[in-house]
Amino acid sequence: MESFMTRMGDGSAVCLSAEEIKSELKSGTFDAADRGKISELNAAELDYLFEIVTSPVNVVSVVRGKEIVTSSDSGAFKINYQANISMDRATAIQVHEKVLSADSLDLGNIDYSYKAVKAILHDEAKVMENVQLNTVMPVLYGAMPNLGLYTRPDGPVENWSELLPLGKIAEARAAQEKAVEHAVKDMVYVAAGMFEAGADGINFDTCGASGDADILAALLAAKEIRKLYPGLGLEMGMAGEFILGMHGRLEFEGIRLAGLYPHKQVELAEKAGVSIFGPVINTNSNKTFPWNLARAVTFVKACVEAANIPVHANVGMGVGATPMTPVPPVDAVSRAAKSLIEIGKADGL
Amino acid sequence: MGMGGIRTAGDLVLRMQLTRGLKIDQAKAYVAEKLGVTPFDLSDCSVMRELRQSLDIGYPMPDPGAAKGIEAKIKIARLLGIKINSVEQFRKRTGF
Repeated sequence: MESFMTRMGDGSAVCLSAEEIKSELKSGTFDAADRGKISELNAAELDYLFEIVTSPVNVVSVVRGKEIVTSSDSGAFKINYQANISMDRATAIQVHEKVLSADSLDLGNIDYSYKAVKAILHDEAKVMENVQLNTVMPVLYGAMPNLGLYTRPDGPVENWSELLPLGKIAEARAAQEKAVEHAVKDMVYVAAGMFEAGADGINFDTCGASGDADILAALLAAKEIRKLYPGLGLEMGMAGEFILGMHGRLEFEGIRLAGLYPHKQVELAEKAGVSIFGPVINTNSNKTFPWNLARAVTFVKACVEAANIPVHANVGMGVGATPMTPVPPVDAVSRAAKSLIEIGKADGL
Repeated sequence: MGMGGIRTAGDLVLRMQLTRGLKIDQAKAYVAEKLGVTPFDLSDCSVMRELRQSLDIGYPMPDPGAAKGIEAKIKIARLLGIKINSVEQFRKRTGF
């Protein structure tokens, strides 16, 4: 029986028969549809996914004319901190623009949290000023709401992760609500400084990492920043596919945040004034690449259909069907990107 | 799969997403109309290099005297009919 080389969700190679791949694709789209209460991919879309997965070439690409644009959520760290090449961030951004052909990039501090940036904004702003003088592409400033940083002993409020196991539900909720206030203040403060420094936009990255209070902070900050700086670009990228209800009762614009999937998240991002939304679909490393692929495409397609703003699907290690490994195989990454663009109709990655 | 930034027109298309919230096809159509090319041309580095050179809006491996950085963005803001924050800040500080 003919078999096709593909991947597991951890990046390891696996050979599957045509029937097995079709079954995985069907099961993946069903899982997304079942969890998100959205439509499964249709037969033609599943056939096309099968064609993409089983293509004999190593790296695949989109049909000509279907190219998209890319944004980032890495603070310009890929070359310097992560690849460990001695280079400052301002130079790294120029390399991304002139050598790596990026469409945009974000500048960020290695701590990549608004709370951490608050204290060094004066120095971060100077880097942004230099970058803006020397680059042509849009450059945003990126960091995470990272609500956990506001808990004791490092932060001002009690730690809800310690309170919840003790059954102190009301205290845990109050602590999260207090943390939201602090985080919104910090994000608006940093955005103001970066606006003055010439940033093209603010990127709220990994929103919802600490649950519903974390995304609430980002939404409230976005709304405030939109009011203060109507022309400033705002990008919002998520931490996961599903908003965890660490608080459980928090709402934005009358909608409860806990339990929302990407197609509902994007509606709230729009209400907050966000310009570009970045959904995350988690990769299950125990499942196959075809399963993860069909699942990610199903969620992204529903998100794009619900959105009136551009959607940049997250496609990095462990999200957007990309295998969960520090060096994701390019065969899988290129198949994930092609599928999310051509079937999911993503406006960018 | 990415358009290719300043090799093509990726930076310009992304600007329209960021400043106007346009979906990819709308953003491409807007930029193409302003540049007098087709949306398909926007991802062709052969077409776009010549065009970017003639418009002097920044391109890789630039010729001597070509507009760089903020100089190119001043022209891009005019070309696309949008406000670019760094250009606005530059104007404010230099008073031009």
